[in-house]
Amino acid sequence: MRLLGLFRRPPPSAQVAKERLRILVAQERTARGGPDYLPLLRRELLKVIRKYVNIDPEAVHIRFDRAEGHEVLELSVALPGK
Amino acid sequence: MTEIIVVTSGKGGVGKTTTAASIGCGLARRGKRVAVIDFDIGLRNLDLIMGCERRVVYDFVNVIHGECTLKQALIRDKRLESLYVLAASQTRDKDALTPEGVQRILEELAADGFDFILCDSPAGIEKGAHLAMYFADRAIVVVNPEVSSVRDSDRILGLLASKTRRAENGNGGVREHLLLTRYSPRRVATGEMMSVGDVKEILGLEVVGVIPESNEVLTASNAGTPVILNEESVVSLAYQDAVARLLGDTVPLRFIEEPKKGFLARLFGG
Ligand SMILES: Nc1ncnc2c1ncn2[C@@H]1O[C@H](COP(=O)(O)OP(=O)(O)OP(=O)(O)O)[C@@H](O)[C@H]1O
Ligand SMILES: [Mg+2]
Repeated sequence: MRLLGLFRRPPPSAQVAKERLRILVAQERTARGGPDYLPLLRRELLKVIRKYVNIDPEAVHIRFDRAEGHEVLELSVALPGK
Repeated sequence: MTEIIVVTSGKGGVGKTTTAASIGCGLARRGKRVAVIDFDIGLRNLDLIMGCERRVVYDFVNVIHGECTLKQALIRDKRLESLYVLAASQTRDKDALTPEGVQRILEELAADGFDFILCDSPAGIEKGAHLAMYFADRAIVVVNPEVSSVRDSDRILGLLASKTRRAENGNGGVREHLLLTRYSPRRVATGEMMSVGDVKEILGLEVVGVIPESNEVLTASNAGTPVILNEESVVSLAYQDAVARLLGDTVPLRFIEEPKKGFLARLFGG
């Protein structure tokens, strides 16, 4: 046991910081420039989907794009593997 | 041609003013004509870091209000003759700066033949920060290797890409540079601090400089001598490298790794 503990150290805190920021920045960048309701929409979607499947908050991706006169809202939800 | 460079960060206290003062000096030492403007209205500090606080007679807001000429308000540096400082006003009036006023001053400096105008931004994303970045051609985004600083700087990148004259005119946008400061190679080596590579990857920016954490910065600010002028310090060398990169030189990053200890040093725990 003690030997295992020795080998399985928690990841260095900088690595944790990097991972958290990577996710957060990606999320905030997709919301940027898009409508103000995106964060709320995301939260509500998450709530609805969770009635049926138990997913992580990170599993919901929202992309907002503006292209030649129209706007596209792209949603994707990664479902947990069986 | 005059280049307007904003020194910005989002989060406060990360090293913007320290950076604006040193980069300003560095550019002047490379023969450029430079004006450094303090946009931190109500919290004037650049003058202290540059060591010219006792020579402030008129400030930025006085010029905007037409209470003096720009020439009267520009303070010429005692050490470098092509370097000038425009101090912030100590007024508490948040609306003292107007876009038209700022634009007029920048145009006057450009007409006067300045090569670089450095805008030292206040923290936050309010009016002062907005005006400091609005007319910029380039941005030095000052970041500490720490979660909240990195996150806030990404918000600033969002604003640079949307709320600036270059973004609005669609002519290529503001050129962004990452300046990582208060960097501790030792703590990066032990995994306690994010590395240059980490921050660069998260923000997706080109690195213009990595400035080590050092007591020399405090000593320099105590004396009112921008730290770049302290030739003995590695901070000075790191800022000189950043200046060279801003001017287009290719300079490899230094001081990002802990010096390898020799066998004897390790043996005696030096
Ligand atoms: N490389 C460094 N090593 C150690 N200390 C530093 C370094 N760079 C800056 N500091 C210190 O950090 C503090 C804040 O620096 P500075 O005033 O330049 O930040 P700022 O971003 O302009 O702050 P504000 O947002 O309030 O305008 C100062 O005490 C300064 O001495
Ligand atoms: Mg400052």
